[in-house]
Amino acid sequence: MIDLQDFMVTLPVIEVALIALASLVAAAVWGEKAVRALGGVAIGAFLLALATMYCPVRFETFVDGTMPVLAFGSHFIDDGFARFAKTIILIASSLSVLLSWDYFEKEGHARAEYPVLILFVTLGMMLMVSASDLLSLYVGLELQSLSLYVLAAFNRDDSRSTEAGLKYFVLGSLSSGVLLYGASLIYGFAGATDFASLSALLRETSNPGVAIGMAFVGAGLVFKLAGVPFHMWAPDVYDGAPTPVTAFFATAPKLAALALLTRFVLSPMDGLSAQWHQAVMFVAVASMLWGAFAGLAQTRLKRLLAYSSIANVGYLLVGLLAGGEGGVQAILIYFAIYALNTLGIFALVLCLRREGRAVDSIDDLSGLSKTHPLAALAMAVLMFSIAGIPPLAGFFGKYVVFLAAVKTGFVPVAVIGVLSSVVAAFFYLRIVKVMYFDEPLLALDPLPGWGVRFVLGFSSVAMVALAVLPEPLIQGAVRAAESFSG
Amino acid sequence: MTVGLSHFLIVAAILFAVGVAGILFNRRNVIVVLMAIEIILLAVNINFVAFSVYQHNLIGQAFTFMVLTVAAAEAAVGLAILVVYFRNRGDIEIERANLMRDGA
Repeated sequence: MIDLQDFMVTLPVIEVALIALASLVAAAVWGEKAVRALGGVAIGAFLLALATMYCPVRFETFVDGTMPVLAFGSHFIDDGFARFAKTIILIASSLSVLLSWDYFEKEGHARAEYPVLILFVTLGMMLMVSASDLLSLYVGLELQSLSLYVLAAFNRDDSRSTEAGLKYFVLGSLSSGVLLYGASLIYGFAGATDFASLSALLRETSNPGVAIGMAFVGAGLVFKLAGVPFHMWAPDVYDGAPTPVTAFFATAPKLAALALLTRFVLSPMDGLSAQWHQAVMFVAVASMLWGAFAGLAQTRLKRLLAYSSIANVGYLLVGLLAGGEGGVQAILIYFAIYALNTLGIFALVLCLRREGRAVDSIDDLSGLSKTHPLAALAMAVLMFSIAGIPPLAGFFGKYVVFLAAVKTGFVPVAVIGVLSSVVAAFFYLRIVKVMYFDEPLLALDPLPGWGVRFVLGFSSVAMVALAVLPEPLIQGAVRAAESFSG
Repeated sequence: MTVGLSHFLIVAAILFAVGVAGILFNRRNVIVVLMAIEIILLAVNINFVAFSVYQHNLIGQAFTFMVLTVAAAEAAVGLAILVVYFRNRGDIEIERANLMRDGA
Protein backbone atom coordinates (compact mmCIF):
# COMPACT_ATOMS: atom_id res chain seq x y z
CA MET A 1 0.00 0.00 0.00
CA ILE A 2 1.20 3.47 -0.85
CA ASP A 3 -0.20 6.33 1.19
CA LEU A 4 0.65 9.86 2.24
CA GLN A 5 3.16 8.56 4.77
CA ASP A 6 5.40 7.24 1.96
CA PHE A 7 5.45 10.59 0.23
CA MET A 8 6.17 12.48 3.43
CA VAL A 9 9.10 10.20 4.33
CA THR A 10 10.63 10.68 0.88
CA LEU A 11 9.74 14.38 0.64
CA PRO A 12 13.36 15.72 0.55
CA VAL A 13 14.17 13.42 -2.38
CA ILE A 14 10.91 14.26 -4.18
CA GLU A 15 11.67 17.99 -3.86
CA VAL A 16 15.10 17.59 -5.43
CA ALA A 17 13.61 15.41 -8.19
CA LEU A 18 10.90 17.94 -9.08
CA ILE A 19 13.32 20.88 -9.03
CA ALA A 20 15.77 18.90 -11.17
CA LEU A 21 13.09 18.20 -13.77
CA ALA A 22 11.91 21.82 -13.78
CA SER A 23 15.54 23.01 -14.13
CA LEU A 24 16.02 20.68 -17.09
CA VAL A 25 13.09 22.36 -18.87
CA ALA A 26 14.37 25.81 -17.89
CA ALA A 27 17.85 24.93 -19.21
CA ALA A 28 16.35 23.78 -22.50
CA VAL A 29 14.26 26.96 -22.87
CA TRP A 30 16.68 29.66 -21.71
CA GLY A 31 20.03 27.99 -22.40
CA GLU A 32 23.20 29.85 -21.46
CA LYS A 33 21.35 32.86 -20.08
CA ALA A 34 20.12 30.72 -17.19
CA VAL A 35 23.49 29.35 -15.97
CA ARG A 36 23.80 31.58 -12.90
CA ALA A 37 20.10 31.39 -12.06
CA LEU A 38 20.07 27.60 -12.29
CA GLY A 39 23.19 27.38 -10.12
CA GLY A 40 21.31 29.38 -7.51
CA VAL A 41 18.25 27.16 -7.94
CA ALA A 42 20.40 24.05 -7.41
CA ILE A 43 21.88 25.41 -4.16
CA GLY A 44 18.38 26.48 -3.10
CA ALA A 45 17.09 22.97 -3.81
CA PHE A 46 19.82 21.41 -1.66
CA LEU A 47 19.15 23.79 1.23
CA LEU A 48 15.39 23.18 0.90
CA ALA A 49 15.96 19.42 1.06
CA LEU A 50 18.12 19.88 4.17
CA ALA A 51 15.48 22.04 5.82
CA THR A 52 12.73 19.56 4.97
CA MET A 53 14.76 16.65 6.25
CA TYR A 54 15.20 18.23 9.68
CA CYS A 55 11.78 19.93 9.79
CA PRO A 56 10.30 19.25 13.27
CA VAL A 57 6.79 18.70 11.85
CA ARG A 58 8.10 15.78 9.80
CA PHE A 59 9.56 14.13 12.90
CA GLU A 60 6.39 14.64 14.94
CA THR A 61 4.03 13.02 12.46
CA PHE A 62 5.78 10.88 9.86
CA VAL A 63 9.31 9.93 10.82
CA ASP A 64 10.52 8.54 14.09
CA GLY A 65 13.78 10.26 15.01
CA THR A 66 15.24 7.14 16.59
CA MET A 67 13.85 4.20 14.61
CA PRO A 68 14.35 3.56 10.87
CA VAL A 69 11.24 4.21 8.78
CA LEU A 70 10.57 2.39 5.50
CA ALA A 71 8.68 3.83 2.57
CA PHE A 72 7.33 2.48 -0.74
CA GLY A 73 7.32 -1.13 0.32
CA SER A 74 10.83 -1.66 1.56
CA HIS A 75 12.65 0.28 -1.15
CA PHE A 76 13.43 3.44 0.76
CA ILE A 77 14.72 3.73 4.31
CA ASP A 78 15.00 6.88 6.38
CA ASP A 79 17.20 6.53 9.44
CA GLY A 80 19.86 8.50 11.27
CA PHE A 81 22.64 7.11 9.10
CA ALA A 82 20.89 8.12 5.86
CA ARG A 83 20.09 11.58 7.23
CA PHE A 84 23.69 12.22 8.28
CA ALA A 85 25.07 10.99 4.95
CA LYS A 86 22.53 13.10 3.05
CA THR A 87 23.52 16.16 5.07
CA ILE A 88 27.17 15.80 4.06
CA ILE A 89 26.19 15.06 0.45
CA LEU A 90 23.91 18.11 0.20
CA ILE A 91 26.53 20.43 1.71
CA ALA A 92 29.27 19.03 -0.55
CA SER A 93 27.04 19.38 -3.62
CA SER A 94 26.21 23.00 -2.75
CA LEU A 95 29.89 23.82 -2.32
CA SER A 96 30.65 22.12 -5.66
CA VAL A 97 28.14 24.37 -7.41
CA LEU A 98 29.85 27.37 -5.80
CA LEU A 99 33.23 26.11 -7.03
CA SER A 100 31.98 26.10 -10.63
CA TRP A 101 30.49 29.60 -10.34
CA ASP A 102 33.08 31.39 -12.49
CA TYR A 103 35.16 28.53 -13.82
CA PHE A 104 33.12 27.51 -16.83
CA GLU A 105 32.58 31.11 -17.90
CA LYS A 106 36.33 31.74 -17.84
CA GLU A 107 36.97 28.58 -19.80
CA GLY A 108 34.39 29.69 -22.34
CA HIS A 109 31.88 26.88 -22.04
CA ALA A 110 29.33 27.94 -19.47
CA ARG A 111 26.30 25.80 -20.15
CA ALA A 112 23.09 25.49 -18.21
CA GLU A 113 23.32 21.68 -18.14
CA TYR A 114 25.93 21.79 -15.39
CA PRO A 115 23.69 22.67 -12.41
CA VAL A 116 20.98 20.39 -13.80
CA LEU A 117 23.39 17.45 -13.92
CA ILE A 118 24.59 18.20 -10.39
CA LEU A 119 20.94 18.14 -9.29
CA PHE A 120 20.42 14.72 -10.89
CA VAL A 121 23.64 13.31 -9.42
CA THR A 122 22.59 14.52 -5.98
CA LEU A 123 19.16 12.97 -6.45
CA GLY A 124 20.83 9.67 -7.31
CA MET A 125 23.12 9.91 -4.28
CA MET A 126 20.19 10.62 -1.94
CA LEU A 127 18.46 7.50 -3.29
CA MET A 128 21.66 5.48 -2.86
CA VAL A 129 22.16 6.28 0.80
CA SER A 130 18.48 5.54 1.48
CA ALA A 131 18.32 2.34 -0.59
CA SER A 132 17.15 -0.71 1.30
CA ASP A 133 16.50 -3.01 -1.63
CA LEU A 134 18.78 -4.25 -4.41
CA LEU A 135 16.45 -2.65 -6.95
CA SER A 136 16.49 0.84 -5.43
CA LEU A 137 20.25 0.43 -4.88
CA TYR A 138 20.73 -0.20 -8.60
CA VAL A 139 18.42 2.57 -9.81
CA GLY A 140 19.98 5.17 -7.50
CA LEU A 141 23.49 4.11 -8.44
CA GLU A 142 22.79 4.31 -12.17
CA LEU A 143 21.08 7.70 -11.93
CA GLN A 144 24.22 8.98 -10.22
CA SER A 145 26.69 7.22 -12.53
CA LEU A 146 25.04 8.18 -15.83
CA SER A 147 25.05 11.85 -14.81
CA LEU A 148 28.67 11.60 -13.64
CA TYR A 149 29.80 10.17 -17.00
CA VAL A 150 28.38 13.24 -18.72
CA LEU A 151 29.94 15.59 -16.16
CA ALA A 152 33.40 14.07 -16.73
CA ALA A 153 33.09 14.83 -20.46
CA PHE A 154 31.62 18.27 -19.80
CA ASN A 155 34.33 20.21 -21.70
CA ARG A 156 33.12 18.64 -24.89
CA ASP A 157 35.61 20.50 -27.08
CA ASP A 158 38.58 19.35 -25.04
CA SER A 159 40.05 15.97 -25.98
CA ARG A 160 41.32 15.32 -22.42
CA SER A 161 37.90 15.84 -20.90
CA THR A 162 36.11 13.66 -23.46
CA GLU A 163 38.72 10.96 -23.06
CA ALA A 164 38.16 11.05 -19.31
CA GLY A 165 34.41 10.76 -19.90
CA LEU A 166 34.86 7.82 -22.25
CA LYS A 167 37.18 5.94 -19.87
CA TYR A 168 34.88 6.58 -16.95
CA PHE A 169 31.87 5.46 -18.95
CA VAL A 170 33.43 2.18 -20.12
CA LEU A 171 34.86 1.16 -16.76
CA GLY A 172 31.84 2.48 -14.83
CA SER A 173 29.45 0.49 -17.01
CA LEU A 174 31.57 -2.60 -16.49
CA SER A 175 31.38 -2.15 -12.74
CA SER A 176 27.61 -1.58 -12.88
CA GLY A 177 27.29 -4.78 -14.87
CA VAL A 178 29.38 -6.71 -12.35
CA LEU A 179 27.30 -5.29 -9.49
CA LEU A 180 24.08 -6.22 -11.24
CA TYR A 181 25.26 -9.77 -11.93
CA GLY A 182 25.99 -10.09 -8.22
CA ALA A 183 22.53 -8.74 -7.42
CA SER A 184 20.96 -11.38 -9.68
CA LEU A 185 22.89 -14.14 -7.89
CA ILE A 186 21.85 -12.86 -4.47
CA TYR A 187 18.23 -12.67 -5.62
CA GLY A 188 18.38 -16.16 -7.09
CA PHE A 189 20.02 -17.96 -4.20
CA ALA A 190 18.42 -16.08 -1.32
CA GLY A 191 15.03 -15.49 -2.93
CA ALA A 192 14.60 -11.86 -1.89
CA THR A 193 15.91 -8.44 -2.82
CA ASP A 194 15.02 -6.28 0.17
CA PHE A 195 17.68 -5.86 2.83
CA ALA A 196 15.47 -6.80 5.81
CA SER A 197 14.46 -10.18 4.35
CA LEU A 198 18.00 -10.84 3.14
CA SER A 199 19.38 -10.11 6.59
CA ALA A 200 16.90 -12.52 8.23
CA LEU A 201 17.52 -15.25 5.63
CA LEU A 202 21.31 -15.01 5.72
CA ARG A 203 21.54 -15.12 9.49
CA GLU A 204 20.06 -18.62 9.41
CA THR A 205 21.61 -20.19 6.35
CA SER A 206 24.61 -19.39 4.27
CA ASN A 207 24.83 -20.27 0.62
CA PRO A 208 27.95 -20.11 -1.58
CA GLY A 209 25.85 -18.55 -4.36
CA VAL A 210 24.96 -15.63 -2.10
CA ALA A 211 28.60 -15.23 -1.04
CA ILE A 212 29.66 -15.04 -4.71
CA GLY A 213 26.90 -12.54 -5.41
CA MET A 214 28.04 -10.45 -2.44
CA ALA A 215 31.60 -10.47 -3.78
CA PHE A 216 30.38 -9.20 -7.17
CA VAL A 217 28.25 -6.43 -5.62
CA GLY A 218 31.13 -5.47 -3.32
CA ALA A 219 33.56 -5.34 -6.24
CA GLY A 220 31.18 -3.08 -8.14
CA LEU A 221 30.88 -0.70 -5.19
CA VAL A 222 34.64 -0.66 -4.47
CA PHE A 223 35.07 0.26 -8.12
CA LYS A 224 32.78 3.28 -7.70
CA LEU A 225 34.85 4.19 -4.62
CA ALA A 226 38.13 3.80 -6.55
CA GLY A 227 39.66 1.42 -4.02
CA VAL A 228 42.67 -0.71 -5.03
CA PRO A 229 42.56 -3.01 -7.11
CA PHE A 230 39.70 -1.22 -8.93
CA HIS A 231 41.30 2.24 -8.88
CA MET A 232 42.89 2.44 -12.32
CA TRP A 233 40.27 4.80 -13.74
CA ALA A 234 40.59 7.39 -10.98
CA PRO A 235 43.88 9.21 -11.82
CA ASP A 236 42.99 9.55 -15.53
CA VAL A 237 39.43 10.68 -14.89
CA TYR A 238 40.44 13.13 -12.14
CA ASP A 239 43.14 14.51 -14.40
CA GLY A 240 41.04 14.93 -17.52
CA ALA A 241 37.73 16.11 -16.08
CA PRO A 242 37.17 19.87 -15.56
CA THR A 243 38.49 20.85 -12.10
CA PRO A 244 35.12 21.67 -10.42
CA VAL A 245 33.87 18.27 -11.62
CA THR A 246 36.98 16.59 -10.20
CA ALA A 247 36.33 18.30 -6.87
CA PHE A 248 32.80 16.95 -6.94
CA PHE A 249 33.99 13.40 -7.88
CA ALA A 250 36.37 13.32 -4.94
CA THR A 251 33.69 14.12 -2.36
CA ALA A 252 29.95 13.48 -2.53
CA PRO A 253 29.77 10.46 -4.91
CA LYS A 254 32.43 8.72 -2.82
CA LEU A 255 30.34 9.12 0.31
CA ALA A 256 27.24 7.83 -1.48
CA ALA A 257 29.06 4.69 -2.63
CA LEU A 258 30.66 4.24 0.78
CA ALA A 259 27.36 4.66 2.63
CA LEU A 260 25.78 2.15 0.28
CA LEU A 261 28.64 -0.32 0.84
CA THR A 262 28.42 0.21 4.62
CA ARG A 263 24.69 -0.42 4.70
CA PHE A 264 25.05 -3.39 2.37
CA VAL A 265 27.73 -5.25 4.30
CA LEU A 266 26.54 -4.34 7.80
CA SER A 267 22.83 -4.91 7.27
CA PRO A 268 21.89 -7.70 4.78
CA MET A 269 25.34 -9.30 4.64
CA ASP A 270 25.97 -9.17 8.37
CA GLY A 271 25.73 -12.95 8.61
CA LEU A 272 28.55 -13.35 6.06
CA SER A 273 31.03 -11.13 7.91
CA ALA A 274 33.67 -13.87 7.93
CA GLN A 275 33.71 -13.76 4.13
CA TRP A 276 33.77 -10.00 3.58
CA HIS A 277 36.16 -9.10 6.40
CA GLN A 278 39.17 -10.45 4.50
CA ALA A 279 38.21 -8.73 1.26
CA VAL A 280 37.64 -5.36 2.95
CA MET A 281 40.92 -5.73 4.84
CA PHE A 282 42.81 -6.40 1.60
CA VAL A 283 41.21 -3.44 -0.20
CA ALA A 284 41.81 -1.12 2.77
CA VAL A 285 45.49 -2.02 3.19
CA ALA A 286 46.19 -2.03 -0.57
CA SER A 287 44.46 1.34 -1.07
CA MET A 288 46.31 3.01 1.82
CA LEU A 289 49.70 1.80 0.62
CA TRP A 290 49.16 2.29 -3.12
CA GLY A 291 47.66 5.76 -2.66
CA ALA A 292 50.57 6.85 -0.45
CA PHE A 293 53.43 5.43 -2.52
CA ALA A 294 52.09 6.19 -6.01
CA GLY A 295 51.29 9.72 -4.88
CA LEU A 296 54.99 10.34 -4.21
CA ALA A 297 55.79 10.29 -7.92
CA GLN A 298 53.19 12.85 -9.01
CA THR A 299 54.05 16.31 -10.29
CA ARG A 300 50.53 17.55 -11.03
CA LEU A 301 48.05 18.53 -8.35
CA LYS A 302 44.95 16.86 -9.79
CA ARG A 303 46.68 13.50 -10.20
CA LEU A 304 48.20 13.86 -6.75
CA LEU A 305 44.74 14.44 -5.31
CA ALA A 306 43.47 11.36 -7.15
CA TYR A 307 46.04 9.21 -5.35
CA SER A 308 45.28 11.05 -2.12
CA SER A 309 41.63 10.12 -2.51
CA ILE A 310 42.58 6.47 -3.11
CA ALA A 311 44.57 6.48 0.15
CA ASN A 312 41.65 8.10 1.97
CA VAL A 313 39.27 5.41 0.72
CA GLY A 314 41.65 2.99 2.42
CA TYR A 315 41.31 4.82 5.76
CA LEU A 316 37.52 4.88 5.40
CA LEU A 317 37.45 1.14 4.74
CA VAL A 318 39.44 0.61 7.94
CA GLY A 319 36.42 2.11 9.70
CA LEU A 320 34.13 -0.25 7.79
CA LEU A 321 36.33 -3.17 8.81
CA ALA A 322 35.91 -2.21 12.46
CA GLY A 323 32.15 -2.33 11.87
CA GLY A 324 29.49 -1.84 14.48
CA GLU A 325 28.54 1.51 15.92
CA GLY A 326 32.14 2.60 16.56
CA GLY A 327 33.22 1.90 13.00
CA VAL A 328 30.24 3.67 11.45
CA GLN A 329 30.81 6.71 13.68
CA ALA A 330 34.45 6.78 12.59
CA ILE A 331 33.51 6.54 8.89
CA LEU A 332 31.03 9.40 9.15
CA ILE A 333 33.34 11.69 11.14
CA TYR A 334 36.28 10.95 8.85
CA PHE A 335 34.25 11.51 5.73
CA ALA A 336 32.73 14.81 6.85
CA ILE A 337 36.21 16.17 7.57
CA TYR A 338 37.77 14.69 4.42
CA ALA A 339 35.05 16.10 2.15
CA LEU A 340 35.38 19.66 3.49
CA ASN A 341 39.16 19.44 3.41
CA THR A 342 39.27 18.17 -0.18
CA LEU A 343 36.79 20.75 -1.48
CA GLY A 344 39.03 23.47 -0.01
CA ILE A 345 42.13 22.07 -1.71
CA PHE A 346 40.33 21.96 -5.04
CA ALA A 347 39.21 25.56 -4.49
CA LEU A 348 42.88 26.50 -4.33
CA VAL A 349 43.64 24.47 -7.47
CA LEU A 350 40.90 26.51 -9.17
CA CYS A 351 42.69 29.71 -8.10
CA LEU A 352 45.81 28.80 -10.05
CA ARG A 353 45.63 30.61 -13.39
CA ARG A 354 48.41 32.17 -15.36
CA GLU A 355 47.72 34.50 -18.30
CA GLY A 356 44.11 33.38 -18.34
CA ARG A 357 44.85 29.66 -18.47
CA ALA A 358 44.38 27.12 -15.70
CA VAL A 359 47.60 25.51 -14.47
CA ASP A 360 47.87 22.66 -11.99
CA SER A 361 51.44 21.50 -11.55
CA ILE A 362 52.94 21.54 -8.06
CA ASP A 363 55.71 23.90 -9.22
CA ASP A 364 53.07 26.48 -10.12
CA LEU A 365 52.49 26.88 -6.39
CA SER A 366 56.04 28.05 -5.74
CA GLY A 367 56.31 31.28 -3.84
CA LEU A 368 52.56 31.48 -3.31
CA SER A 369 53.17 32.75 0.21
CA LYS A 370 54.74 35.91 -1.25
CA THR A 371 52.22 36.58 -4.00
CA HIS A 372 48.98 35.46 -2.26
CA PRO A 373 49.76 35.14 1.47
CA LEU A 374 46.19 34.46 2.64
CA ALA A 375 45.54 31.76 0.04
CA ALA A 376 48.89 30.15 0.90
CA LEU A 377 48.00 30.18 4.61
CA ALA A 378 44.61 28.54 3.90
CA MET A 379 46.27 25.92 1.71
CA ALA A 380 48.91 25.23 4.38
CA VAL A 381 46.16 24.64 6.96
CA LEU A 382 44.36 22.28 4.55
CA MET A 383 47.55 20.38 3.75
CA PHE A 384 48.53 19.97 7.41
CA SER A 385 44.99 18.81 8.12
CA ILE A 386 44.78 16.20 5.35
CA ALA A 387 48.27 14.97 6.26
CA GLY A 388 46.86 14.26 9.74
CA ILE A 389 49.02 16.62 11.74
CA PRO A 390 47.58 17.54 15.15
CA PRO A 391 45.75 19.60 16.26
CA LEU A 392 43.85 20.08 12.98
CA ALA A 393 40.61 18.28 12.15
CA GLY A 394 42.24 15.80 9.76
CA PHE A 395 44.24 14.35 12.63
CA PHE A 396 41.08 13.86 14.63
CA GLY A 397 39.44 12.00 11.71
CA LYS A 398 42.38 9.62 11.36
CA TYR A 399 42.48 9.17 15.14
CA VAL A 400 38.86 7.99 15.41
CA VAL A 401 39.25 5.61 12.46
CA PHE A 402 42.38 3.95 13.80
CA LEU A 403 40.98 3.91 17.33
CA ALA A 404 37.90 2.03 16.09
CA ALA A 405 40.16 -0.49 14.33
CA VAL A 406 42.33 -1.01 17.42
CA LYS A 407 39.27 -1.45 19.67
CA THR A 408 37.93 -4.24 17.45
CA GLY A 409 41.27 -6.04 17.28
CA PHE A 410 42.55 -4.97 13.86
CA VAL A 411 45.84 -3.66 15.27
CA PRO A 412 48.08 -4.59 12.29
CA VAL A 413 45.74 -2.78 9.89
CA ALA A 414 45.82 0.33 12.10
CA VAL A 415 49.63 0.20 12.21
CA ILE A 416 49.85 -0.04 8.41
CA GLY A 417 47.40 2.86 8.24
CA VAL A 418 49.53 5.07 10.47
CA LEU A 419 52.70 4.18 8.55
CA SER A 420 51.08 4.89 5.17
CA SER A 421 49.80 8.23 6.41
CA VAL A 422 53.38 9.11 7.36
CA VAL A 423 54.44 8.33 3.78
CA ALA A 424 51.53 10.36 2.40
CA ALA A 425 52.43 13.27 4.70
CA PHE A 426 55.61 13.64 2.65
CA PHE A 427 53.82 14.75 -0.50
CA TYR A 428 51.34 16.94 1.34
CA LEU A 429 54.11 18.72 3.21
CA ARG A 430 56.18 19.09 0.05
CA ILE A 431 53.40 21.34 -1.24
CA VAL A 432 53.73 23.53 1.86
CA LYS A 433 57.49 23.66 1.33
CA VAL A 434 57.06 24.70 -2.32
CA MET A 435 54.62 27.44 -1.33
CA TYR A 436 56.72 28.91 1.46
CA PHE A 437 60.35 28.32 0.58
CA ASP A 438 60.63 28.27 -3.22
CA GLU A 439 61.07 31.40 -5.30
CA PRO A 440 58.00 32.50 -7.27
CA LEU A 441 57.90 31.64 -11.00
CA LEU A 442 55.87 33.86 -13.30
CA ALA A 443 53.16 35.78 -11.47
CA LEU A 444 49.78 34.12 -11.10
CA ASP A 445 46.57 35.90 -12.09
CA PRO A 446 44.61 37.55 -9.27
CA LEU A 447 42.32 35.20 -7.36
CA PRO A 448 39.01 34.38 -9.09
CA GLY A 449 35.49 35.28 -7.93
CA TRP A 450 33.86 35.00 -4.53
CA GLY A 451 32.51 31.46 -4.99
CA VAL A 452 35.94 29.83 -5.00
CA ARG A 453 37.30 32.17 -2.31
CA PHE A 454 34.31 31.40 -0.09
CA VAL A 455 34.86 27.63 -0.36
CA LEU A 456 38.60 27.99 0.31
CA GLY A 457 38.03 30.17 3.38
CA PHE A 458 35.09 28.13 4.64
CA SER A 459 36.93 24.83 4.49
CA SER A 460 40.17 26.05 6.04
CA VAL A 461 38.29 27.76 8.87
CA ALA A 462 36.25 24.56 9.31
CA MET A 463 39.45 22.51 9.69
CA VAL A 464 40.49 24.70 12.61
CA ALA A 465 36.96 25.04 14.03
CA LEU A 466 36.31 21.28 14.01
CA ALA A 467 39.59 20.75 15.82
CA VAL A 468 38.61 23.20 18.57
CA LEU A 469 34.93 22.32 18.72
CA PRO A 470 34.30 18.80 17.40
CA GLU A 471 31.29 18.13 19.66
CA PRO A 472 28.42 18.78 17.17
CA LEU A 473 30.04 16.53 14.55
CA ILE A 474 30.69 13.75 17.06
CA GLN A 475 27.18 13.89 18.46
CA GLY A 476 25.69 13.84 14.97
CA ALA A 477 27.79 10.82 14.03
CA VAL A 478 26.94 9.01 17.28
CA ARG A 479 23.21 9.48 16.67
CA ALA A 480 23.60 8.40 13.04
CA ALA A 481 25.53 5.24 13.97
CA GLU A 482 22.75 4.11 16.31
CA SER A 483 21.05 2.80 13.15
CA PHE A 484 23.57 -0.05 13.22
CA SER A 485 23.35 -0.87 16.92
CA GLY A 486 21.03 -3.90 16.41
CA MET B 1 16.82 -34.02 -21.38
CA THR B 2 14.86 -31.22 -19.81
CA VAL B 3 16.16 -27.70 -19.71
CA GLY B 4 16.52 -26.65 -16.09
CA LEU B 5 17.59 -23.62 -14.10
CA SER B 6 21.26 -24.55 -14.25
CA HIS B 7 21.28 -24.44 -18.05
CA PHE B 8 20.01 -20.89 -18.03
CA LEU B 9 22.57 -19.95 -15.42
CA ILE B 10 25.39 -21.47 -17.46
CA VAL B 11 24.32 -19.57 -20.58
CA ALA B 12 24.16 -16.36 -18.54
CA ALA B 13 27.58 -17.01 -17.01
CA ILE B 14 29.10 -17.61 -20.47
CA LEU B 15 27.53 -14.42 -21.83
CA PHE B 16 28.79 -12.49 -18.80
CA ALA B 17 32.31 -13.82 -19.33
CA VAL B 18 32.14 -12.94 -23.05
CA GLY B 19 31.06 -9.41 -22.16
CA VAL B 20 33.79 -8.86 -19.58
CA ALA B 21 36.42 -10.32 -21.93
CA GLY B 22 35.11 -8.06 -24.69
CA ILE B 23 35.78 -5.02 -22.54
CA LEU B 24 39.11 -6.09 -21.08
CA PHE B 25 40.80 -7.66 -24.13
CA ASN B 26 39.44 -5.54 -26.94
CA ARG B 27 42.18 -3.10 -27.98
CA ARG B 28 40.63 -1.65 -31.09
CA ASN B 29 37.13 -0.32 -31.22
CA VAL B 30 34.97 1.42 -28.63
CA ILE B 31 31.76 0.40 -30.40
CA VAL B 32 32.63 -3.22 -29.60
CA VAL B 33 32.99 -2.20 -25.95
CA LEU B 34 29.46 -0.76 -26.01
CA MET B 35 28.22 -4.05 -27.44
CA ALA B 36 30.07 -5.98 -24.71
CA ILE B 37 28.34 -3.86 -22.04
CA GLU B 38 24.96 -4.75 -23.57
CA ILE B 39 25.92 -8.44 -23.51
CA ILE B 40 26.71 -8.21 -19.78
CA LEU B 41 23.30 -6.67 -19.10
CA LEU B 42 21.69 -9.37 -21.24
CA ALA B 43 23.37 -12.04 -19.13
CA VAL B 44 22.02 -10.39 -15.99
CA ASN B 45 18.51 -10.31 -17.45
CA ILE B 46 18.62 -14.01 -18.30
CA ASN B 47 19.66 -14.71 -14.72
CA PHE B 48 16.84 -12.64 -13.28
CA VAL B 49 14.13 -14.09 -15.51
CA ALA B 50 15.29 -17.67 -15.00
CA PHE B 51 15.42 -17.28 -11.22
CA SER B 52 12.07 -15.54 -11.28
CA VAL B 53 10.37 -18.34 -13.22
CA TYR B 54 11.88 -21.19 -11.23
CA GLN B 55 11.18 -19.56 -7.86
CA HIS B 56 7.66 -18.36 -8.74
CA ASN B 57 8.65 -14.91 -7.56
CA LEU B 58 7.87 -11.88 -9.71
CA ILE B 59 10.46 -9.45 -8.31
CA GLY B 60 13.06 -10.75 -10.76
CA GLN B 61 10.92 -9.86 -13.75
CA ALA B 62 10.26 -6.38 -12.39
CA PHE B 63 14.02 -6.05 -11.96
CA THR B 64 14.52 -7.04 -15.61
CA PHE B 65 12.33 -4.19 -16.84
CA MET B 66 14.33 -1.74 -14.75
CA VAL B 67 17.58 -3.12 -16.17
CA LEU B 68 16.27 -2.86 -19.75
CA THR B 69 15.28 0.77 -19.22
CA VAL B 70 18.57 1.74 -17.62
CA ALA B 71 20.49 -0.13 -20.35
CA ALA B 72 18.80 2.02 -22.99
CA ALA B 73 19.73 5.21 -21.10
CA GLU B 74 23.27 3.94 -20.64
CA ALA B 75 23.67 3.23 -24.37
CA ALA B 76 22.39 6.72 -25.17
CA VAL B 77 24.86 8.38 -22.79
CA GLY B 78 27.70 6.16 -24.00
CA LEU B 79 27.09 6.94 -27.67
CA ALA B 80 26.81 10.65 -26.92
CA ILE B 81 30.19 10.62 -25.16
CA LEU B 82 31.63 8.58 -28.03
CA VAL B 83 30.40 11.16 -30.57
CA VAL B 84 32.08 14.10 -28.78
CA TYR B 85 35.22 12.00 -28.38
CA PHE B 86 35.26 11.22 -32.10
CA ARG B 87 34.77 14.89 -32.97
CA ASN B 88 37.87 15.81 -30.96
CA ARG B 89 40.12 12.96 -31.98
CA GLY B 90 38.96 11.74 -35.37
CA ASP B 91 39.20 8.07 -34.37
CA ILE B 92 37.83 5.74 -31.73
CA GLU B 93 40.73 3.35 -31.24
CA ILE B 94 41.16 2.42 -27.60
CA GLU B 95 44.95 2.13 -27.84
CA ARG B 96 45.22 5.81 -28.73
CA ALA B 97 43.13 6.93 -25.76
CA ASN B 98 46.26 7.71 -23.76
CA LEU B 99 46.45 11.48 -23.33
CA MET B 100 46.67 11.12 -19.55
CA ARG B 101 49.46 9.20 -17.91
CA ASP B 102 51.43 9.30 -14.68
CA GLY B 103 54.15 11.91 -14.84
CA ALA B 104 52.86 13.34 -18.12
